[in-house]
Formats: sequence, C-alpha cells, structure tokens
Amino acid sequence: MQHYSMNLKLNVWRQKNSIDAGHFETYDVNDISSEMSFLEMIDVLNERMIAEGKSPIAFDHDCREGICGMCSMVIDGRPHGPWEGTTTCQLHMRAFKDGDVITVEPFRANAFPVVKDLMVNRGAFDRIIQAGGYVSVNTGNAVDGNSIPVEKDKADDAFAAASCIGCGACVAACKNASAMLFVSAKVSHLALLPQGEPEKRQRVKSMIAQMDKEGFGSCTNTYACEAECPKEISVLNIARLNREYLHSSLSGDFE
Amino acid sequence: MNWSQLFTSSIGKKIVMALTGIFLVVFLVVHCYVNANIFFSNAEENFNRAAHFMGTNILIRITELGLFAGFILHIFQGYKLTLLNRATRKSRYAVTAGNKTSKWYSRSMALLGTLILLFLIVHLAHFWVPSRFGGLKEVEYGGQVYHNLYGEMKDVFSQPWAVILYLLGCFSLAWHLLHGIQSAAQTLGWTNKNFMPMITNIGIVFSILVPAIFALMPVFMYFGWEINTGALTLLF
Amino acid sequence: MLDSKIPAGTLDDKWTKYKGSVKLVNPANKRKLEVIIVGTGLAGSSAAASLGEMGYKVKAFCFQDSPRRAHSIAAQGGINAAKNYQNDGDSVYRLFYDTIKGGDYRSREANVHRLAEVSTNIIDQCVAQGVPFAREYGGLLSNRSFGGTQVQRTFYAAGQTGQQLLIGAYQALERQVALGTVEMFARHEMVELVIIDGKARGIIARNLVTGELERHFAHAVLLCTGGYGNVFYLSTNAMGSNVTAAWKAHKKGAYFANPCFTQIHPTCIPVSGDHQSKLTLMSESLRNDGRIWVPVKQGDTRNPNDIPESERDYYLERRYPAFGNLVPRDVASRAAKERCDAGYGVGSSKQAVYLDYAAAIQRYGKAEVSKNNLGNISAEEITQLGRDVVKEKYGNLFTMYEKITGENPYNVPMRIYPAVHYTMGGLWVDYELKTTIDGLYALGEANFSDHGANRLGASALMQGLADGYFVIPYTLGNYLSDDIGTGLIPTDHPAFVEAEHTASERINKLMSIKGTKTVESFHKRLGKIIWNECGMARSEAGLKKAIKDLADLKQEFWSDVRIPGEINEMNPELDKAGRVADFIELGQLMCLDALERNESCGGHFREEYQTPDGEALRDDTNYMYVAAWENKPDGWNLHKENLVYEIVKPSQRSYK
Repeated sequence: MQHYSMNLKLNVWRQKNSIDAGHFETYDVNDISSEMSFLEMIDVLNERMIAEGKSPIAFDHDCREGICGMCSMVIDGRPHGPWEGTTTCQLHMRAFKDGDVITVEPFRANAFPVVKDLMVNRGAFDRIIQAGGYVSVNTGNAVDGNSIPVEKDKADDAFAAASCIGCGACVAACKNASAMLFVSAKVSHLALLPQGEPEKRQRVKSMIAQMDKEGFGSCTNTYACEAECPKEISVLNIARLNREYLHSSLSGDFE
Repeated sequence: MNWSQLFTSSIGKKIVMALTGIFLVVFLVVHCYVNANIFFSNAEENFNRAAHFMGTNILIRITELGLFAGFILHIFQGYKLTLLNRATRKSRYAVTAGNKTSKWYSRSMALLGTLILLFLIVHLAHFWVPSRFGGLKEVEYGGQVYHNLYGEMKDVFSQPWAVILYLLGCFSLAWHLLHGIQSAAQTLGWTNKNFMPMITNIGIVFSILVPAIFALMPVFMYFGWEINTGALTLLF
Repeated sequence: MLDSKIPAGTLDDKWTKYKGSVKLVNPANKRKLEVIIVGTGLAGSSAAASLGEMGYKVKAFCFQDSPRRAHSIAAQGGINAAKNYQNDGDSVYRLFYDTIKGGDYRSREANVHRLAEVSTNIIDQCVAQGVPFAREYGGLLSNRSFGGTQVQRTFYAAGQTGQQLLIGAYQALERQVALGTVEMFARHEMVELVIIDGKARGIIARNLVTGELERHFAHAVLLCTGGYGNVFYLSTNAMGSNVTAAWKAHKKGAYFANPCFTQIHPTCIPVSGDHQSKLTLMSESLRNDGRIWVPVKQGDTRNPNDIPESERDYYLERRYPAFGNLVPRDVASRAAKERCDAGYGVGSSKQAVYLDYAAAIQRYGKAEVSKNNLGNISAEEITQLGRDVVKEKYGNLFTMYEKITGENPYNVPMRIYPAVHYTMGGLWVDYELKTTIDGLYALGEANFSDHGANRLGASALMQGLADGYFVIPYTLGNYLSDDIGTGLIPTDHPAFVEAEHTASERINKLMSIKGTKTVESFHKRLGKIIWNECGMARSEAGLKKAIKDLADLKQEFWSDVRIPGEINEMNPELDKAGRVADFIELGQLMCLDALERNESCGGHFREEYQTPDGEALRDDTNYMYVAAWENKPDGWNLHKENLVYEIVKPSQRSYK
C-alpha cells in the first residue's frame, strides 16, 4: 500500500450549543498522511486551533474501533463518510486525495438535537429501548443456556440484527429522519429468539409508539439507511418489523 | 393500543399508502385490459361495448366509488406523509448523498405522484367527465345505443400535444410504480430473504409493461395503427 | 495488615456459606436505600439492572452519551464459563486453576473460585436476555478455545462478544429505567467522592454538557469505571476511558492495589505514525487458527509470501510446544518483543511480527472438500473454500484490519505487535468488593481482585458480569442492612459543600493556567515515559528515571497546560485535562509499585529477574502479596495483603 500526503479544505459545521443557529467555517489542513484516520485528521486540526487560541471542533468519539457507536458526522453528505460498512472512526484518509474539499456536518434530525458542533443527542434511542427493547428476565431467573436450542439460521439472523451499534446513521441518512432500521434491528433480534418470543407483540407496539413520539419520520423504503449502516443491517428487518406490527395490531385484545 | 393506530401510527400511515396503492394497481390492470381492445381489429365496437359494460354495471359503479375513495386517500395521505416527513428535519444538509445511497425515484414519489395527479385531472376531463355528464357522440350496435368513447379517443389523440402529455403521464407512472410496488410489499411485510428478489422483479416487469401498454394507446390512435386479429375480440 | 474478609470453610464452600449467612435487606427497606453506580460497562450495567430489580433506588452515571457506549462493548473474543458443554474435561476447579496459574499466582484463591463458580450462571443469564451467542447446527451453544487453557470453554458471538453482552446488560438497565428503579445520568463524570462519618455517601458529578457540578447522595457508591490503560496514551482502550473516579476515591482513602500489573496484548495492529490516537486489537481468538512467525534472517525485507517455509521462525511453537500459539498474553507479548528487539521484526517500523492465516485457509479448505465430497477441484478453489470458512469465523476482524492498514489479510499475513490492553491492578477490594472506604465498592476492571499479574483471555467479560450480576447483589445487602435507619442525607451537608468546592477549585485552577501546551501533548509524553519504562520490560534504573520525569511532567502540566473554552459549556478539552492530570499521578504510583516489586510475574517483567531462557522469575518468598497503596499528602504508604494458597501450589508457570 502506497502512502501519500495531502492538503485539504474542510467545511465544518460550527454550533455553540443547541440554541445557536450554527454556520459553516472553512479550514485548511495540510500534510495529512493517508494512513491517518478521519478523526486523527480532525485531531491534528484541533491541536492547531488550540495552539492558535481558537475553539476546537467538538465531536463525539470513544472506542475508535467501530463498535461503540459514539462517532457520528455526515461527511460530504454521507453519514460516516464514503466507505461502506464503516464508522467515521474507521474511515481512513486513503479515501481522499490531495486538494479535496470536504464538508462535515452533524447528524441532522429534530429527534437528534445538536449539543455542540458535530455532537448530537441520541437519547431518543435509549428511550425507544426503554419502551420495550429487552427481555423481561430478572437476574437469577435463567434456565440452563442449552435448555432451549435455537435454530442456527435464526440465531445467525438474530445476531446480524443485534450487531446494530445504535449510532443513528440510519436516521441521519434517511430523507425522512426515520428510525425504522434501528427499531427493526432490535425488534428482529428479540423476535427471532425464543427468549424474546413471549413479549414480541407488546414490544413492537410500544417501541413504535415511542419512536413516533420522539419525532422520527415514516419509512418510505428508499433504503438509504441500509446503504449507510456501518454494520450493514438489512432492510429485511424493516419488513419483519412491519410484519410483526401488523400481526400484533390484528391479533390479541383490542383495548 | 387502540386498533385505529394500525392506520394512524407512522407504520399505519404507510400501510394505508400500501393498501390503497395496491388497490390502484389492480385498477390499472383492469383499465389496461379493457382499453387494450383498441389495439385490435373491430376496435371501435369492442371498445365501446366494453366501456358501456364498465359504465353501466352496478357492481362496477359501486367499485368506482371505492376507486375514487382510494385515489383520494392515496393522494391526501401521500401529501400528508410528505409534509410530516419533511418536518422531521428542520435543519437541512448542505450536501446530500443523492443517488449514491438511494434511487432518485424512491425519493421523488411525491413529485411523480403530483405529475400523475395533473395527468389524471386532464385525463378525467377528457374522458370520464363527458361519459358521465354527457357530451359524447352516440353509435348503434345491434340496435342498441352506445357512447362513442372510441371516437372521443380518436379526437383527443389526434392532437400531438395530448399524445405527448399522455406519454409523459405514463412515464411518471412507470417510475412511481417502480418504487411503489416493491415499497408496498415491504410495508406490508411481504419481503423476506427468499421473496425479496422475486417481488422486486415482478415489480420491475409490471412497472415497465403496464405503463408501456398504456403509452402505446395514444400512439396507436394518433397513427391509426391496428393489429389485425380478425374476428377475435379481447373482451366482452 | 489488610483484612480481605475471606469467609471460613473449604474453598468450594466459602461462597455458598457466605450467601447462606449474609445479612439481608427486606424489600420495603430496599426502596429507601439509594445506590450510586459510576460507569455503565458490563459491571456497572449489570449491577444497576440487578440492584434495580431487587428494589434499590439506583442512580447510574456514564460520561458517554448513552450507557451502551461503555468500552466493554469492544471486547471481541468471548467469555469463559465452566460449562463443560464440550465434554473435554472442564470444571469449576479447572477454570479456577487456569485463572490462578494464568495470573502467575498473584490473585486471591477465594475470589477466583467464586468467579469460576458463578461463570456458568452468567451464560444462562445472558442467553435468557437474548444474547445471540454462536450456535452449532443442532441449536446448542458453540465454544472456542483461548489462550492459556487446554479446553474449549469460551462462548462467543462472532468477534463482537463484548458488544452483545453489554447490549444485554444495557437492555436490562434500560428496562429498570423504564420501571423507575434506575435513574440514568449520561454525559456526566464523577469528579469527587463525598465521605460522611467515614462512609461513602455520594459523589460530585460534572454535567459535561453544561459544565455544572451536581451533588448526588447515596447510601453506597459503586465504582465500575474500568481500567486505566490510557495512562499509556496509546492503548486499545476507548479515548474516554479514564482513572478519574477511582483516583478521586484513592485520594480520599481507598487503597490502590498492584498498579503496575498491566496487560500488554500480543495481537494488535502496529503503530503507523506519530498521528496515531489509539491502537486496535485483533482478537486473541485469531491465535486459534493463525500462526505467528518472523523471518529466520535478521532484517529480512522480502514480501512475506516469498519467504519459504524453511526460512520462517514460528517462535511460539518453537519455544512453547505444548501451548504453541495459544500461550497466555504476557508470554506471547514478551516473545514478540524479544524477536523484534533482536532485529527480526517486520514491516517498515520493524516493530511487528506476522500472524499468518495461509495454513488455516488450506486446512479449512481441505476440510470443506472432504465434508462436501467435492473430489477433484483446483487449488484455487480449495483456497477459496478455506477463505470462506475463515471469513465466517473472523470476517469482521479481517475487514477491520484491511480498513486500518489497507492490506488484505486473506492474501498477505497480518502484521501485529503488542499493545496495552487491560489493567489487572485497581482499587483494592475485599471479598465483598468493598474498598478500604466503608460503603465504597469497586467492580469489574476497576478493582484488582481476580486476575493477579496477568489476565487470561475471555476472563474480563466474565469478571465484570460476575461482579455485577451475582456478587454485588449479595455483598451490598450485607453492608446496607446496617444502614436502613440512615435516611436521606441532604446535599447541603458540609461534606457535600466541601467536596463540590474542591472539585470546582481544581477546575478553576486548570482553566486559569492558560499555558502554551495542549492537553494532548502532555498525554503523549506521559504515554511515552510509561511505555518505555513501565511497559513490557522494566528496570530499576528506568523506573527511577521515570519517577523523576513524571514529577517534572506533573509540574510542567500544572504550570503550562492550555485549555480552550469555558467552564460552563461542553468542553471536551477540559474533561480531558482533568483525566490526564490524574493519569500523571497514577503513572507515578505505577512506577513506584513496579520499582518496589523486585521480581517478575505475569505482565510485570523486571529485566533483573528472569530465568536463563528469558521467562519471568517470581519471588514467592518475598513478594507473594498484594501491594495496596495508601495515598498520603507527601506520597504513598505500602500496605500488604499476603496471599495464602490453600489449594493451588504455586510453581514456575510453564507452557512448554
């Protein structure tokens, strides 16, 4: 792999706090190595800005290995940037070339208010999980792990859905700011497993009700979410969610 | 949960779109089948007879009310959803991914729908209004009087602008269906690992075939083409 | 002498007897008792969920934007449990024994045995929560093997086991939030501990969004704040992982145990340059199938695929024939360092060794051929089949490697090098997980208890969940049962006022320095000192120099650091400054501890103390103790907890 160095121009969204209107600022960054990660490039810029007495760019990040879901950012219109199946922290500067102009914005959605600059508040996702994204089993209640065999295909599908990292890229990518891919991943994960089965009817209704309350949009099946999901969660989970929702609404007691 | 949420929640609104959409797709099939008479021999009589049946049969007249309801629901719900969905993001992106992550027509259903609606208004004014409220010439087959809807078509499609307008309408319909059919199946939860490719393919074939047949009608009329099928009649 | 309060009785009876005789709190009283939990990783989330379920009023804090982000999520390989589902001779005793031996005989027998006992419950609990563990075609749970053991007892969910376990605990936590038993404070950082009449009674937390200091009361405080590997600057820890909460507790009287016991993980992606902000781990599970080697010739710059088999040195297989590539982490790391130091390293930095999958791909490819009766197929097709199998097992790790390095590990051997990964040291706790401050507990990686001088792979997840799900629910009640009459202490109590004052003074002081150097630059320099002198190899001279350098660094930090922005706003640089200031002090203590321990054991390798063939040389006569450090205004006092081995007979660890 040939490494190279590049000079870039960054258009970065700056917003002091959730009330501030926000605006773009332009920065030149020079001598960036193709081996750096995108966040390391911003680290370099921030170090320089601190030295110059300017306010560094605030952005969320933590594990920097693509699993915690904390990093966000929309890079040239793409949540987590141009690479498929990749979080911003794993995006490397090899993706860019000398002279590129890169626009960096926060995840935008009413349900994800900006905290500062590129940081947003994704508490809505926690509240959706609170509405039913769990199995109601207290510590100590469990039976032996092998007492209920789980079909391997279903276990694999449940795992694939459960690999969601709750980053919110699906919402950021969706033209309707819909959270359906996130919700469907959790509903699918739990509905596919026998342990999640008993609560699946109520779970899907409660989670959708909370999702609507948080101000996310409807799904119009453009599948931009799937294209941008760093864990490549399939939109077939959304079909499963719709199925579960219809089934749950049409069966059982109506209140 | 109140069961009405099945139609009012975010998913519910989409279920309404999907169900009305599928209903309208079924209408398209019937409409297409009836109109296909104009391609073949003895077109005028066959078509006018078929149109007469569609216009007088009591069951079909009742279904027509449902059809109007379906159209209105689909249109209003569509616009409402579009507005609600737009309102979920007050602060817009400076740069968007565009076609890199989704198809343009999947993002443009409201626009395509509006074009179809405009077409529909012209289309109703051309044919449905005169056939319901008078103004059509009459013909006689076997001693019975029929509206000469076929003649009306001949008149309308003798004007090049009308032909072009109808072609554009069919074009919009094709793109609308290309996303719509597959999207309805997804919303109703019919897609899964095994069916997804099949449903997608059926949707593609339908979206091309049906609008293409419709599009040929004004063209046939304009050029006066006919497929010679002898005495064979397509319908009724 | 420290009293670890190990219950009487035979080893396998202690925990059962303890549970049977421990004091309880009745449900009506639990509702009146408040518990603060700092950190929401595996230990914190599981403790918050379990205590909430029991009826305690819980307040949980995390500095991230959601409890689900805690760094437990990044654990890849798996979680151990003595289920013996594979019928390969595993048992509670064997897991206990492996862990004690893996820890190089520097952990507490009773704690480790309890850990092994409850390991089986953890798997059951997680399965019940819907954790999608890997399964066999028959629908039953699958296992893989891990370093330092000869049985297959590791449960896993592809390369994302930590994520799945944490999401399970997180969901249980959120369920309690919905039920109102747990109140969650995200983007909050503990900056001071509040002690009233000798008991931990609350914390001062900083709201990281507004910068405000908040007072929170509780009858007991649980620190589940993870490890301090970020003292090295470059580590596999998350960027935000820090020692601040534990350090505040330490400064208020909690002893810090074995700080120099840090784990250097053998298989990480090597450093690529000065810009590097963190290191990425490649799961130990890769050592199941991958073979580690360097060229036989020094400074060999050939493409690895061009180096013939006869010119490769599979040094782990050569030195440790019994365990081969699956020796424990400390052994594997030191062996890699030894080869690189001797000039056999590969890659542009020469600080790397190869982890090669070519043999495994061929082996799996051939297995597929015979399994599926494929008969005569080409070598390429066999390779492809093998790749597919490897992809299913380790695909996400291979993809990650390719994203970071730009090289395809299916075609070219991966380059790996050891990196800081886990810290066995931590707050000293007794059998009940209580620190030397009454009412203050430490769980998971934040405490020191179970891994001795070296942790075995897939044991951190086990310990975090054991502490949170199955230990603290019992031991906390034993303390709180005496506290039911205490009632709520209002937060205008002088102790709260004073603690808040201390915290705000410190923040003001940091902001007022207005120096010239960034926080990051100090952190990098700190990391270099610790890595060079208190990393994989330590020496008396080096440690002494490091202690002096760190004192200078501390002095320079407090007179020349530059922190932009304001106090009362979201200010990540200020957050980082507080953490780095604590890391510098911790670094001093680590070096002091390493200097004091005149032996080599586990991850602590003193160059002066090694066997003729370069293995760690323990000194059980003089150092078979836990070093627990008490903070004093003018330095540290050493307290010793002698380790008594009733069952296991310490011997030189051999993996040959």
